[in-house]
Amino acid sequence: MATQVQSGTTADRPAFSRTIVRRRPSARIFQIGSDIPRPLYFTIVLLSFAVPIWAWCHYSYSGNIDSFILPTPTDVWHGYQRMMSAGVLVPDAKISIYRIGMGFLLSAVLAIPLGILMGSYKIAEAAHEPFVGFVRYIPVPALVPLIMIIAGIEDQAKILLIFIGTYFQMVLVVADVTRKVPRELLNAARTLGANSWHLMFNVIMPATLPGIIDTCRTMIGWAWTYLMIAEVVACDSGLGYAIANAQRHTRTNEVYVGILVLGILGLLTDMFFKIVTPKLVPWAESQKA
Amino acid sequence: MTNFIGDSENSANSGKGEPEPFTIPTLEVNGITKDYGTKSGQVNVLTPTSLSIELSELVTIVGPSGCGKSTLLHIVGGLIEPSSGEVFLDGRQVHGPGADRGMVFQGYSLFPWLTVRQNVQFGPKIRGKKRKEREEVANHFLDAVGLHGFRDHYPKALSGGMRQRVAIARALANSPRILLMDEPFGALDAQTRVIMQELLLEIRSKEQMTTLFITHDIDEAVFLSDRILVMSARPGKIKAEIAVPFGKERPDTIRNTPEFFELRNEVYTLLHAEGKAVIDAELASGSKK
Repeated sequence: MATQVQSGTTADRPAFSRTIVRRRPSARIFQIGSDIPRPLYFTIVLLSFAVPIWAWCHYSYSGNIDSFILPTPTDVWHGYQRMMSAGVLVPDAKISIYRIGMGFLLSAVLAIPLGILMGSYKIAEAAHEPFVGFVRYIPVPALVPLIMIIAGIEDQAKILLIFIGTYFQMVLVVADVTRKVPRELLNAARTLGANSWHLMFNVIMPATLPGIIDTCRTMIGWAWTYLMIAEVVACDSGLGYAIANAQRHTRTNEVYVGILVLGILGLLTDMFFKIVTPKLVPWAESQKA
Repeated sequence: MTNFIGDSENSANSGKGEPEPFTIPTLEVNGITKDYGTKSGQVNVLTPTSLSIELSELVTIVGPSGCGKSTLLHIVGGLIEPSSGEVFLDGRQVHGPGADRGMVFQGYSLFPWLTVRQNVQFGPKIRGKKRKEREEVANHFLDAVGLHGFRDHYPKALSGGMRQRVAIARALANSPRILLMDEPFGALDAQTRVIMQELLLEIRSKEQMTTLFITHDIDEAVFLSDRILVMSARPGKIKAEIAVPFGKERPDTIRNTPEFFELRNEVYTLLHAEGKAVIDAELASGSKK
């Protein structure tokens, strides 16, 4: 027969001597992996931005650091206004975005299907992967002179550089993502009557989509890096050119404008992915933030 | 009654050379063996194994871990190639996986990018069935497993037990000739397991599904089966067959009857010796199997 279980507060429990031990509040905050109160978290985040901004203001306005190296925020704002009134900032940004878009698109259009094939069929893997693995180790900046020889310094050259910079990496990652599709899913589909065609289009493609989207997100970051190299080295338009040009004219404040614009564009791209991804793949477990 | 394979009298279900009218068994497994090449040489996982299953029978294979029962099931399902021997479905040899042999696996096999309803419709869809027909079939089996209310959920929102219900509905919706189940309830907690066993019996009495079931849970085997095949340790072969005379309609309370315990003990005795042999071999060799 089950017996009644006693519950209730300390007052109802048998009376004997117990020792209460108080914990310091900091014990919880400084424990590895523990949660901290949201207000505390946000305050610290705010500080992490506020402190560098304060330092910038402090050191630039005080005159202790040459404005050639560290212009004041006001200088940067003036530089922004000048670039806008000269009508160069927006076209430069647009051209850079265009080059990124084209280069990356070209890369994705080839890397995604080939990567999926490489990950699915050993024959495709043998035919392409070792070769790609080798080429991947060539540092992309080293290719800039060669690309200048082959394609000049117009848009095509930049797009080619972005393509070479991203394709070889992307195709390998896509192949990896494809190979990670759980075997059980493929087997389940086979026992439901799927042939290779079904497996490719009804299983592998949806299964790899989250991984591919994530890859695109990472690769666009790299694309910007390679574009900047090309535009800074030899170009007459684009944000990289704008930054290099500003540096040549010792307009450091405009250098900062260019850098900030790039930072904002990167942030917007990331936000775009964060918003679009749950719409495209609502079923996926949330990826790393 | 235990029939030891190798007894001089034929088991009642082999149908070989009997004067009674002979019907082609739904499944016939003939002399299947499987060897794997490893660094240390060939590993023989299955010695010549044969069995046959009649229409609407539920046959369970029990055996110690590593005895090859799962391998055997995968060979019947066409996902693994046997080293020798044949598998016949309705008298016709089968190679490779197909919708005629539906499978339910132990773990993760639902397509995460599809809702419950779309998962269940997967088989009929790729076989070209029209939407109306697909929906009807899917609804029928979703009702049978009690998941009608979860049709538009994604698998990630479901518990383990619910996911297995979907897996069963998905396999059945494809009208397979035989259902192959590889320890489908193994990953579930004990209470859920019992409920799923009762669900399976319920479906079976409605759909008259021929089933080959793998488990290491003896109670499960006795509760579900018409016949239990006991497999020896690696290299696996079927060493005994036990008929379970409870019929297709059996109440849940049958678990408490003396007949149930008797059968359970028979199986246990056979299995225990095999299980011990596996552990002893493992310890003696000083390495994992």
